[in-house]
Amino acid sequence: MINTVPPGLIFIIGALFIPLIKNRTMKCGYLLLLPIISFINLIHIPVGTNFTVEFLGYNLVFAEIDRLSLLFGYVFHLITVIAVIYALHVKDDLQHVAGYIYGGAALGVTFAGDLLSLFVFWEMLTVGSVFLIWARRTQKSLDAGFRYALVHIVGGLMLLAGILMHIHSTGSVDFTYIGLENGNLGSYLIFFGFGVNCAWPLLHPWLTDAYPEATITGVIFLSAFTTKTAVYALARAFPGTSMLIWIGAVMTMFPIFYAVIENDLRRVLAYSLINQVGFMVCGIGIGTHLAINGAVSHAFNDIIFKALLFMSVGAVMYRTGKVNATDLGGLYKSMPLTCLFCIVGAASISAFPLFSGFVSKSMVMSAASMGGMSLIWFMLLFASAGVFHHAGIKIPFFAFFSHDSGIRTKEAPLNMLIAMGIAAFLCIFIGTFPQYSVYRLLPFTDVVYHPYTPTHIMAQTQLLFFSALAFTLLLLSGIYPSEIRAINLDFDLFYRKGSKLAVSVVTTFAGGIAKGLDYVFIKTLPAKLAALSKHPLSSMMKEYKNAGVVTGSTPETSSMLMPSGVPVLIAVAFLFILASVFLF
Amino acid sequence: MKNEKEHLFDKPRNVKRLLTIFYGFLAVLLIGDFFIHKHTDFAWEAWPEFYATYGFVACVVLVLAAKYLLRPIVKRREDYYD
Repeated sequence: MINTVPPGLIFIIGALFIPLIKNRTMKCGYLLLLPIISFINLIHIPVGTNFTVEFLGYNLVFAEIDRLSLLFGYVFHLITVIAVIYALHVKDDLQHVAGYIYGGAALGVTFAGDLLSLFVFWEMLTVGSVFLIWARRTQKSLDAGFRYALVHIVGGLMLLAGILMHIHSTGSVDFTYIGLENGNLGSYLIFFGFGVNCAWPLLHPWLTDAYPEATITGVIFLSAFTTKTAVYALARAFPGTSMLIWIGAVMTMFPIFYAVIENDLRRVLAYSLINQVGFMVCGIGIGTHLAINGAVSHAFNDIIFKALLFMSVGAVMYRTGKVNATDLGGLYKSMPLTCLFCIVGAASISAFPLFSGFVSKSMVMSAASMGGMSLIWFMLLFASAGVFHHAGIKIPFFAFFSHDSGIRTKEAPLNMLIAMGIAAFLCIFIGTFPQYSVYRLLPFTDVVYHPYTPTHIMAQTQLLFFSALAFTLLLLSGIYPSEIRAINLDFDLFYRKGSKLAVSVVTTFAGGIAKGLDYVFIKTLPAKLAALSKHPLSSMMKEYKNAGVVTGSTPETSSMLMPSGVPVLIAVAFLFILASVFLF
Repeated sequence: MKNEKEHLFDKPRNVKRLLTIFYGFLAVLLIGDFFIHKHTDFAWEAWPEFYATYGFVACVVLVLAAKYLLRPIVKRREDYYD
């Protein structure tokens, strides 16, 4: 038996030593070793409650190990290895440190057994991730990072308020089922606090605003951790909450419309990220064992295939410096392997049979149909067809095929190809042999699901191929919306323009007051007082004369000088009056 | 560019071939639908060619709605926020 430490600690402490290692080879070795050591540590922590610390009379738990938390713990380690390999060429230590702190925070949330330590790691998620956005060091990324941080700070505060109210009303800090049935405001605040990180509709624009501005390698971490820890938290605290079914269904629907008309391919992926998280949220809302299994296994698969898609688009961006569909095309000629990996990612997200999305998304769909939720089922099916359309076809087609942009470049660097290769292998392996991979990790072992039935294979293949037919015909007929250099307004309009409006209102209103005060107290009054104290009588006469109180000639200023004792006398008299008022 | 070797889809013939294979596969799917014994939760799932029709219609609706409804409302110049 080896001595273990809380999960996440190795990442967080380990991150701090990264800048101290100067030798490149050693640094690469260290970066790759960290997740392996952390993983070995994790599998040696016994199932149950571990690392309990008493704090202010409450028990903080740093390692609550069960099947649900372990599934997320495993995939977070897996994606860290992949993302680190993908980022090995990066010489900027800030990104490595931020990546590991971010990953450690995600593990911290996943294994937190109490709400207080959950909150601390929750905030650490924001800190780690925002540096992955700022590390791009452009004005746009700086601005987007600030907006991202602000939204998450508000979400975090909501969560904190909720947690405190929850502790107050229940007397317990345990992070377990919370639910909304109790009707407590605290529960709702926790619910929506999770919802901010989960990118629920209207709370979502931080994601599509900031992720496309992050660094090429940073976005791989981003796509994996924030939304998936929120999915985990919802699965732990709010399974079977019916509001989630509708929230999830809307999440699957609305981003695909945006994705169709979006030009920036990383933003297309950001919209499709929301769409995929929608399936998970919906599954958690349905709440049956099959649905929860589907939701969390889809989180597992989505982390890998979404990372693969971001990596392939990132590799294109790394080689060409471009990411807009209008600037790309024909890259299959110079980046064939990246193109191949991208297609594997696209097939997985579209849930083609033999690819990973197929074995997990269908569980959520089946749970909806078994529950007789016909409208929800139609919405999810629409989204399934739509995701193939915008992520499955659009991403590979506009980057690697379409019109030849004339760009000739090199294949992606070796480390990127290895990372993409591992992810692509996993997508196919999980899709083909789910019973030997993700199905073994599911939280509920009492439900058995067989994805590969003739009915299901035929249904899904028909759905996807006829979506592809629609794409082909619309493209050939010229109806398909051409890519345009433009941005599309989303809900962030309200705080991006709203904040400008607020600033202008405040500056006009407060500026007016300040101007008035400045005129009275800075420009006019001191000058008058100075004149008054210097030549009291003459300046008083002047004022009276200006006001028309006295007429005639003003006596010479010099003859009106007051003996120096007079102001003292006035002051003493004034103090005397004040004292009498107070005393009597 | 002149001396560059010709790639797979530079030849229109290859694109045509790909499309022919694609259409052929669609026909196989349409015909195969009648030979599968379906186990479904909803009655309409068992209707002939339900998924094919839904997939096609859904995507056409998606593209038309995005192009003609959403884009006119939300499209702005790239420097809109600057």
